[in-house]
Amino acid sequence: MSPLLDIKGLSVSFRTPRGELKALRDVALHVDEGEIVGIIGESGCGKSTLINAIIGLLPANTGAVSGHIGFDGQELVGLPANAMRKLRGERITTIFQDPMTALNPVLTIGAQMTAIQYRRRASASEKRRRAIEFLDKVRMPDAARRLDQYPHQFSGGMRQRICIAMALLTEPDLLIADEPTTALDATLEVQVIHLLRELQRDIGCSVLFISHHLGAVAELCGRVAIMYAGEVVEQGTASDIFRDPRHPYTRKLLECDPGRIAERQEILPTIPGELPDLVHVPKGCIFRDRCPERFALCGERPPEVTVRPGHQAACHKARELVAS
Amino acid sequence: MTPLLEVTDVVIRFPIHNRIAARLTGQPSSIEAVAGVSFTLEAGSTYALVGESGSGKTTLARAITGLVPIESGQVDFAGRTISGLSETALRGVRREIAMIFQDPIGSLSPRLSVRAILAEPFKVHGETADLDGKIARLLDDVGLSPHFAQRYPHQLSGGQARRVSIARALALRPKLVIADEPTAGLDVSIQGEMLNLMRDLQRKFGTTFLMITHNLNVVRHVADRMAVMYLGRIVEEGLTDDIFKAPRHRYTTALLSANLKAEPEAASYVIEAEGETPSLLNRPKGCEFHPRCLFKRDVCRTDMPEEQMPSTGHRFACHNPA
Amino acid sequence: MLREPMGLLGIGLVLLIVLGALFAGLTGYSPSKLAMRDRFLDPSFTHLLGTDHLGRDLFTRVLHGARIALGVAFVATGISFIGGLILGMIAGYGPRWLDSLLLLLFDSLRAFPTVMLALALVTLTGPSLAAVVLVVVLATLPGYARVVRAQTMSLKTTEFVLSARSLGAPSWRILAVHIMPNLIGPLVILVSMDIPVVITIEAGMSFLGLGVRPPTPSWGAILNDGYAFIRESAWPAIAGGLPIIIATLGFTFLGETLRDHLDPRLRQDG
Repeated sequence: MSPLLDIKGLSVSFRTPRGELKALRDVALHVDEGEIVGIIGESGCGKSTLINAIIGLLPANTGAVSGHIGFDGQELVGLPANAMRKLRGERITTIFQDPMTALNPVLTIGAQMTAIQYRRRASASEKRRRAIEFLDKVRMPDAARRLDQYPHQFSGGMRQRICIAMALLTEPDLLIADEPTTALDATLEVQVIHLLRELQRDIGCSVLFISHHLGAVAELCGRVAIMYAGEVVEQGTASDIFRDPRHPYTRKLLECDPGRIAERQEILPTIPGELPDLVHVPKGCIFRDRCPERFALCGERPPEVTVRPGHQAACHKARELVAS
Repeated sequence: MTPLLEVTDVVIRFPIHNRIAARLTGQPSSIEAVAGVSFTLEAGSTYALVGESGSGKTTLARAITGLVPIESGQVDFAGRTISGLSETALRGVRREIAMIFQDPIGSLSPRLSVRAILAEPFKVHGETADLDGKIARLLDDVGLSPHFAQRYPHQLSGGQARRVSIARALALRPKLVIADEPTAGLDVSIQGEMLNLMRDLQRKFGTTFLMITHNLNVVRHVADRMAVMYLGRIVEEGLTDDIFKAPRHRYTTALLSANLKAEPEAASYVIEAEGETPSLLNRPKGCEFHPRCLFKRDVCRTDMPEEQMPSTGHRFACHNPA
Repeated sequence: MLREPMGLLGIGLVLLIVLGALFAGLTGYSPSKLAMRDRFLDPSFTHLLGTDHLGRDLFTRVLHGARIALGVAFVATGISFIGGLILGMIAGYGPRWLDSLLLLLFDSLRAFPTVMLALALVTLTGPSLAAVVLVVVLATLPGYARVVRAQTMSLKTTEFVLSARSLGAPSWRILAVHIMPNLIGPLVILVSMDIPVVITIEAGMSFLGLGVRPPTPSWGAILNDGYAFIRESAWPAIAGGLPIIIATLGFTFLGETLRDHLDPRLRQDG
């Protein structure tokens, strides 16, 4: 069976005054049906460019786009805008970081939830019933009454639940969740993650979950991809990535997470150095300048090393870097 | 040892409606963002105010330096009462207490160069001799090369901007630095750098830090003492190590349980709180955490818990502590 | 900016008028000397736009009119700009009672229709260039002040202003160093979009006889004379109307291009 979302050799660049910025280079990633895949990356890693490429919303200064994004057998790279519009919001839906700006402040949530069902041939009361049904699913208390309220009358956590309900209303095949818990308090973050997992089981869609929060990804996702400076440097199952990371960047990133450091530390670990300039992409391994493991061979582009089936790391030393 | 900062029963109110409208609608004309908070801060230590949105921690921090007016209560700094001072009288105090604001880039004046941003503390307090030398030393202190002086805030990365705000805060060698979410919006790999930098500078200059944050992982590594705030009150306060080892208040345990660790299949997260923080407009009766608490008793619905203060200096306000 | 056709056209038209105003003295004619033998001449190489009912060279009068139009436009908007900036910042940053007082003033001024205001003022002072400037200032300043006030109030709560306050910076310093630089850009855009309006106010008032007094050449006055004698010759009316059209179009194009380039919200670059 071919995966639902199959990205191969995807490269995207942007035109900037300084020259061509290669934001994504040769990215390969797949999401199977009914699977939750997490993407972890820090700022500047290209995760938002990746999402925008999938949903066909790359900005105006986009230069060359090459490679393949296969969705259910259909090629999304170069897909005409109106065909993309049909997919987006129907078979591929998105939840964003900020639940306030994602909702229209002057319309009731009921109006917004019926409006997005415009493709369905159903009566207004039928659409309304469906909206209530989905608000119930995201555990909105008293959903029928609250349908006629405006976004500002809901708390932040409730607004994010509404966004989730709206994203699932069309029973999409793929749900893209872009940092959906970043703006929420910790106690709510856990609630939303558990809710996402239950709903995903319920509806059976695939989820692409983007976050910089390692704990949230570990909690929710079956498979994880780590991005750095426009490349996927390592991917595998959650336990591969968190228990036996093979790429030095993944290893450093996990080391830096203060949540994983059991004892109080005087000096916290860091990753010295800065992101490489993506206008003049250095030759060889992209992480070389900041890598504690670098050696002569790193001047050459590292191969995609398969550590075990389904676990790849783009590092010359991937086989040697065993968990200590 | 005398405390550097002593906050006693501080109450902060914000007007929400004008008085006439409040009379007509029967709603209160103000909300209590901070409702009677007391704590003391020893010189040379790091103290953390922890809480989620709406807990009043940022408001409290701003009120200490008089950026937000205090309704009642008292703030003493270095043996002198500073609450209720006029703007002019506060100028001397503000030389001694520096603040770092949340947004790394947004807290730097967008039309000023880094040089002008770092020169401002000296200009405001009339210490303009050898300005360039001082700015060069500040940049060096926070690990930025001298050419950063010519940059503008939008040309900086989050981490670089944060270094600039730390440099600015330390310019006049203040006794106390209040840092509001100093690691918010920064990548994990940069967070460590900032905390290490602040610790180095604390060692070098003996600065006292008051840190406001929602990030428990950070608190554990940097704070000597901490207070957990909920709806404008301190619900638990004590040594950081004590609270992490044996949290007592049910809100603290819920916060700690919600701290997701990057370990898969450790999926034994028991959510220890339900729902969300209620609005300050209608504070729950009794213990204000009881609508979300899984361990509530009947008494929690009716009586506000008294603060229990064991001799260990670990206080909390809960009817049914862990 | 030079790559856009509209901006280029705007710059071209504005430049035309500015150069005309600068070199108005080089046409070889006086703008006000009568030559009754040469009344209503059609355009020719000696009189590029013909002559008016008093035999004055229309081209020379139009160029001198440009001096008045530009002069009023820049002096009046300049005063409005500075006044609006200062009053708006005081209203936005100062105490509440002062804010309420200034708002009351701005709003009452804005409630007057411009023409009524002009009539009332001229009745008091008599028609003059100063009256025109005063009308323009009273008509535009409250709008600028309101925009500045709103921006100041939102800047007041930003973290960089709080940061300056926490440092102990006095209010004048916060306003001059942290708030004003962030106001000037938007205000320049607003004012540049208003210049064509100001030019038409001046022309309109002069047309109605409320502006500059004859024989001083103003586009509005030229247009009015042309209108009165339109049966004799159409050229005076054309000579008065055309520069108004050129100037308003030129400044509008220029203003819009300026806005597109200076307003970060409209600018598209990563």
